[in-house]
Amino acid sequence: MSDSAPTKTRVPAVEGLFTMDDPPHLIGGRLSDTGGYCFPKDLGGADPAASGGDVDEVLLSRTGLIWSFTNSVYPPPQPFMITEPYEPVTVAAVELDEERMVVLGQVHPDWSVADLEVGMAVELVLGTLYEDDDHEYLTWQWRPVGAEPGKGAS
Amino acid sequence: MDEIAVLGVGMHPWGKWGRNFVDYGVHAAREAIADAGVDWRAVGFVSGAITVRCGYPGYVAGSTFARALGFTGAQVASSYAACASGATALSVARGQILSGACEVALVVGADTTPKGFLAPNEGRRPDDTDWLRFHLVGATNPVYFALHARRRMALHGATPDDFAAVKAKNSRHGVHNPNARFAKVFSVEDVANSPVVSDPLRLLEICATSDGGAAVVVASMDYARRLGVTDPVRVAGISLVTPTYPDTIIDLPYLATDSAAAAEPPDLGFKESIGARVYEEAGIGPDEVDLAEVYDLSSALELDWYEHLGLCEVGEAESLLRSGATSIGGRIPVNASGGLGAFGEAVPAQAIAQVCELTWQLSGRAGKRQVEGARVGVTVNQGLFGHGSSVLLRR
Repeated sequence: MSDSAPTKTRVPAVEGLFTMDDPPHLIGGRLSDTGGYCFPKDLGGADPAASGGDVDEVLLSRTGLIWSFTNSVYPPPQPFMITEPYEPVTVAAVELDEERMVVLGQVHPDWSVADLEVGMAVELVLGTLYEDDDHEYLTWQWRPVGAEPGKGAS
Repeated sequence: MDEIAVLGVGMHPWGKWGRNFVDYGVHAAREAIADAGVDWRAVGFVSGAITVRCGYPGYVAGSTFARALGFTGAQVASSYAACASGATALSVARGQILSGACEVALVVGADTTPKGFLAPNEGRRPDDTDWLRFHLVGATNPVYFALHARRRMALHGATPDDFAAVKAKNSRHGVHNPNARFAKVFSVEDVANSPVVSDPLRLLEICATSDGGAAVVVASMDYARRLGVTDPVRVAGISLVTPTYPDTIIDLPYLATDSAAAAEPPDLGFKESIGARVYEEAGIGPDEVDLAEVYDLSSALELDWYEHLGLCEVGEAESLLRSGATSIGGRIPVNASGGLGAFGEAVPAQAIAQVCELTWQLSGRAGKRQVEGARVGVTVNQGLFGHGSSVLLRR
């Protein structure tokens, strides 16, 4: 936090799930023979109508609408990495328009459940999941677009 | 589908007893065998529901229970399907009976659970979605329950009081069940005064984890007749369906749903398809059901099941609840046992416990929680990673 603290290296908490670009994208899969999507790329369910062709790597839409949301008031168990003092994690399930799929993620920590609504537009950003002495471990987060945090949903 | 007979049922009371899971399973099995009026040595097949929390003896639960009851040379199998394990074990037993491989089978499951949230296996496992959801999102099971609760509020106007009323109802039922863990009536106010776990759900609305055991003895209809049992409770249908692609409803333990970009979602979503299959197999419709045991992992999820099971139209669950129809004495009592709200979940035993309750109800042995004149009952539940679980029982 202090000005003299050395800059930590920003690394993804898990490799291969999202890009570190600005703006970031989730890395999904697209079935070459049907055009359906999945996330994560290698952990999606197959389309039974497909013949088992390739799953191509694609960048998923970085905007969508909140399908539902909640929080975790109590600290989740490991392998979640707790940063003390624990602040409730807000979670949103977001429907991506083009892909027609719902993707889970944390919500940017400036936002709480009181600020959110089903149907609200959000975009993908990166945020810190946890840190050690040398690294910041990042994950994807959903952040509302065109609204201010801390005022509660109207 | 041909039917099989339920000859006997038994349970070890749910609680936080801290003993070996084998004790609970053996207790339940002996009770079921005695209830059936058969000799243990006549049981030709032991179908164990696996616990993954109790080491190797839990992974081979069928033989563990068989040995603890005294090895007889019976055939054995062990099944795991998370919360659906018990229904899977029952289905395996039905297959053995209907194929003629055995005449009488014991189905048994038991668990000893740790305190707190259920969590994935240890070790860094980024190719396991169950690990990823905890590590990257902090998405515990209650997070998923709450996503569905919030969605229900947005879509159908459910209120936190509706959710609390489910818990209150089930506690009023469960107080009359000697096998339930929580022998206390909770009010809507009690729920509202308990802390929020995952908004909008509160601590009293989230299913606890419990120790417990449940068992049923099932047999061919012919064997039942030879025993002199002329009007047994019968298993008329079992549904173990998977979802149909694309499943576009987010559920644990996944980070994302399937995509509907290239294929339209099926007419019936996963949870609707579980009940649809069991009704089809039994040749019985939801309007003929007298009572249901549904998986209230959260109070709010019980409302979803009303609709998924066809007990009311989509969007009508709140009014069904508010009308009192799903309380004992109402048109279609749900969770007369007290449900998970009164039991807490003992994973491999739970789907079997649902069958135990319906058997007691359909044979008029449910005491103060008896649903008068019940002839047809249905259970429903769902195992992690896409295991449907539903059993239809009738007299």
